[in-house]
Amino acid sequence: MIAEVLDVAVRLVVIVAVFLVLPLVAGQMEHKVMAHMQARLGPMYAGGFHGWAQLIADGVKFMQKEQVIPAAADRRVFTLAPGVALVPYLLVMVVIPVGPGLVGVDLDAGLFFVLAVMGIGVLGSIMAGWSSGNKYSVLGGMRSAAQLMSYELPLVLAASSVAMAAGTLSLPGIVAAWQWWWLPWQAIGGVIFFVAGLAELRRPPFDMPIADSELIMGPMTEYTGIRFALFMLAEYAGIIVVSALTSVLFLGGWHGPLLPGPVWMLIKVFLLVFVVIWLRVSYPRLREDQLQRLAWAGLVPLALVQLALTGVVRVIAG
Amino acid sequence: MSGYFGSYVVVLALFAIGLLIVAGVLLVNRALRPSRPTAEKLLTYECGVDPVGDGWAQSQVRYYVFTYLYVIFAVDAVFLFPWATIFAEPGFGTTTLAEMFVFLGFIALGILYAWRKRVLTWT
Repeated sequence: MIAEVLDVAVRLVVIVAVFLVLPLVAGQMEHKVMAHMQARLGPMYAGGFHGWAQLIADGVKFMQKEQVIPAAADRRVFTLAPGVALVPYLLVMVVIPVGPGLVGVDLDAGLFFVLAVMGIGVLGSIMAGWSSGNKYSVLGGMRSAAQLMSYELPLVLAASSVAMAAGTLSLPGIVAAWQWWWLPWQAIGGVIFFVAGLAELRRPPFDMPIADSELIMGPMTEYTGIRFALFMLAEYAGIIVVSALTSVLFLGGWHGPLLPGPVWMLIKVFLLVFVVIWLRVSYPRLREDQLQRLAWAGLVPLALVQLALTGVVRVIAG
Repeated sequence: MSGYFGSYVVVLALFAIGLLIVAGVLLVNRALRPSRPTAEKLLTYECGVDPVGDGWAQSQVRYYVFTYLYVIFAVDAVFLFPWATIFAEPGFGTTTLAEMFVFLGFIALGILYAWRKRVLTWT
C-alpha cells in the first residue's frame, strides 16, 4: 500500500515539474526562434547566456506587481478566470504517456477525458471576457466561444479516427498499437487535430479573439500582474499539451529507433512547438469569417474523409 | 486505488495540487504587491479616453448559429467513441462499416444543408 502511494506521489511530482518547466522552455524558445526568424537577437541580457533567464525575471516582476481589478468588473468571476484557464492543462498531463508504463494514470476513457477537460480551459477566457466589463473583452470572449464551438468538432472527429484505428480510448493503449504506416494512414487526421488544437489555444494565425491591433488584448485586456502571468502560463502549457497529444495520437509517442522513449517524446513535442512558433511568424491573422469557414467547410469535411478512410482500411486489413 | 473509479483518485489529487499551485501563487503575490488604488486606475480601459456607456453593451451575436450546429454534431460525435473501440472486433466488420457510412452521410448532409441555407456565410 505504501509503495503504491509513493509510486503515485512520484508520478504526480514529475507531472507538476514538467507542467512548471516545459511551458517556460517553450516560451523562451518562442522568444529566441521568433527573434532569429525576424533577424533580431531577442532577449540577450537576463542571466548572461543568450538571455536564458528572461522568463524567470518576468516571473519575479509579475509576482510584485499591483493587482488592479476595474470597478466595472464582476470581481468574483474576474479573479477566478485565470485559474479556470490554467488548471485543465495540468489535469490533461496526467493521462499523457511518455514511455511504456510511464504515465500518470492509464484511464480507460483517456482520450475522452482529454477532449472533455481541454474544453474547460477555453471557459477561462470566456469568463475573463465577460467579467471584465469592457467592450473589447466581451467581443474577445464571444470570439473565443465561437472558436471553441467551431474547432471542437474537427478535433473530436480527428481524435476518434485514431481511436478507431487502435480500437481503444486509452492513450498508452493507442501508442502501444501504433505502427509506422499509421503516419500516412492518419496524416489528414493529424493535420486537422494540430490545426484545430492551435485554434482552441487561440494561437496565431487563429488569434482573432486576442487580435491586439483591434481588441487590445481581447479577454485579457483588463488583467495585470500575476493573473495575467497565469493566463500566459496557460497559453504555453496549452502549446505543450497540444503538441504532446499530437505526438501521442499521430506521431507514435515514444516509438523511435536508438534513443529511449521519453527522449523521443520530448524531441517530437519540441519539433511541434517549433512548428507552432513558425506558423505564428509566417501567417497573418485569419479574419473571423475566414476562421469559421476554414472550420466548417475545410476541416470538418476532411475529418469525415479521414473517418471513412480509417474505417475502410481497418476492416479490409482485418 | 483499485477498481474503475480508483484511477480517478489520482486525477482528483492532481486537481487538488493544481488548485494549491494557483492559490499559492496568488497568496505570495498578495504578500509582495503594493496596493494603491485610485479612481483613474480602476476605470475601464478604452485606449485612454473615458469609457463610453456600459461594458456589457448590447451587441449582435452572430455566432449563435454555429453554436446550434455544434450542439447537433457534437451529440452525434459522442456516439462515435464507444463505437470506435469495438467496430473492428471479429463478427462486426462489414455491418459496422455500413453503419459508419450512414453516420457520415448524416453529418455530411447536415453540413450541406447548413451551407445551402447560407448559414455558414458571414452577413
